[in-house]
Amino acid sequence: MNQTSDKKRGGKFWAWFWMILGILYFFLPLVATFLFSLRAKLGVLSFTAYQHVFNDSNFIYNFSYSVLWGVLTIIVGVLIFVPTAYLIRLKLPKFRLPVEFITMLPFVIPAIVYVFSLVRTFSQPPLLIVNSPALLVAGYVILSMPYMYSAIDTGLRAIDVQTLTEAGQSLGAGWGTILFKIILPNIRTAILSGAFLSFAIVIGELILAQYLVKPAFAPYMTYLIQQKAYEPAAMAIISFALTWAAMGIIQFIGRGSEQGQIAGGH
Amino acid sequence: MTVQNVVEQGAPQARPASRKLSWAWLGLTPFFIFTFLFLLYPASTLGVRSFQDSRTHAFTFKYIVQLLHDPYLLGSYWISIKISVITALGGGLFGFLLAYSAIRGGLPKFMRSSLMTFCGVASNFAGVPLAFAFIALLSPSGELTKVLIALGFNPYHHGFTLYTFWGLSIVYMYFQFPLMVLIITPAIDGLRREWVEAAENLGASSFQYWRYVAFPILLPAILGAVVLLFGNSFGAFATAQALTGGQINLVTIVVGSQLRGDILSDPGLGYALALGMVVIMAFAIIARALLQQRTERWLR
Repeated sequence: MNQTSDKKRGGKFWAWFWMILGILYFFLPLVATFLFSLRAKLGVLSFTAYQHVFNDSNFIYNFSYSVLWGVLTIIVGVLIFVPTAYLIRLKLPKFRLPVEFITMLPFVIPAIVYVFSLVRTFSQPPLLIVNSPALLVAGYVILSMPYMYSAIDTGLRAIDVQTLTEAGQSLGAGWGTILFKIILPNIRTAILSGAFLSFAIVIGELILAQYLVKPAFAPYMTYLIQQKAYEPAAMAIISFALTWAAMGIIQFIGRGSEQGQIAGGH
Repeated sequence: MTVQNVVEQGAPQARPASRKLSWAWLGLTPFFIFTFLFLLYPASTLGVRSFQDSRTHAFTFKYIVQLLHDPYLLGSYWISIKISVITALGGGLFGFLLAYSAIRGGLPKFMRSSLMTFCGVASNFAGVPLAFAFIALLSPSGELTKVLIALGFNPYHHGFTLYTFWGLSIVYMYFQFPLMVLIITPAIDGLRREWVEAAENLGASSFQYWRYVAFPILLPAILGAVVLLFGNSFGAFATAQALTGGQINLVTIVVGSQLRGDILSDPGLGYALALGMVVIMAFAIIARALLQQRTERWLR
């Protein structure tokens, strides 16, 4: 008895120890960045740098483009990957391995290498679309594919795809209705978590936008670091806060649907 | 829209078994067309261009030969492998301890969900903002450096700099261990409490429990996670570029400077270097698959 409670107390000490070390590792760089961002005025702490950032029309311009790319990436990703993962689960389990292999490829091919081969391939005839924003979005969809696809697949695993589909069919629903009115709402949490990860990737991605010469947040911040001292710190804090807010929203929405499926048999 | 069209074309029929296969195939075509066009085809040009002279487009082995004989290029692979192994093992160990503490350490429940949120954010907090955060913390005029100097210890007088190998390792750890926490959590959740109790009832020490029960069960998951961590840091580019301005010769940075197309660079060499990276990653993944097969053999 005594021995086990001693052991437990020892375990708890180490649990706290690692946790506190982790918290320090998480927060010290952020605290330092925050302090640094407040030093824009000599001798006093102020939010001047943040004022500059929010009054900077270039920041607004580049950041809104990043948001636009993020939203387009999510829409295209959902339209391509939800039907794919759904069909594989329902009808074509044979394709599971090749499809999962392809979705994991962006993990294997380093992003910088991928971006260069993408830009090279599409910058010569007959595939000359290097100036089109579509190429940028397609690249983002590929870069976020490992996260998006596995999130959707996890979501589909949690619901009874077979029963829901048959129920829809026997009520006379077409495939479009089944996919977008039955399956999609049932895996909305999974899609959201994939969506926010994709969004974070798009916001933080540097090389693709840089080499396709499109307005985006990360290239602008890189440029600003060379020009200014305090504003980039403020931007780092802002981008961190936005990512965090997005993650918070996932958790909040996820909590509401812990029962999993909102309709149909389990 | 094409997706919807394709899917709707095969509206529910009575059930002719032979036709089912044909619409199901059609449903996957958008995926295969998209990934072929924007991933498989561009990536395959990598293999071709590594064996093609950048100017004459003639077939050549010169880049591969150059790669294998240039100590500078081989050195860049070595630095990348070293930093990836160190941060994958370090991040893997720390991430595991953190995840285990949060899940099984008897800490308040909210710690676990906050840890997950932090990890979701931090594992994606890479590139330029991350480099900047560590410059604010640990550069010669960084906040922590100032505190340490005030305490009478200047790390820059003891051989530490943020802009070289160990500094970069510390920065990489920031996205490595949160990724480990996210990947390993389901595996730790799978450890049943009954197993600890059963082991204790049979008189096992906690070392024996870990050595003979928990560790063998977790091993496949840990190996898989560490390989992912390796790849995560092996392919990283923006963080190192932003932190060191390209001074540290990671293979991604060398590839970047070769492909950029300035006067001293040769894209063919860049592609050959990149091909080498893919080969190394492939080895890592094959090794992982083999190890997992061995370690999973007796599970179920």
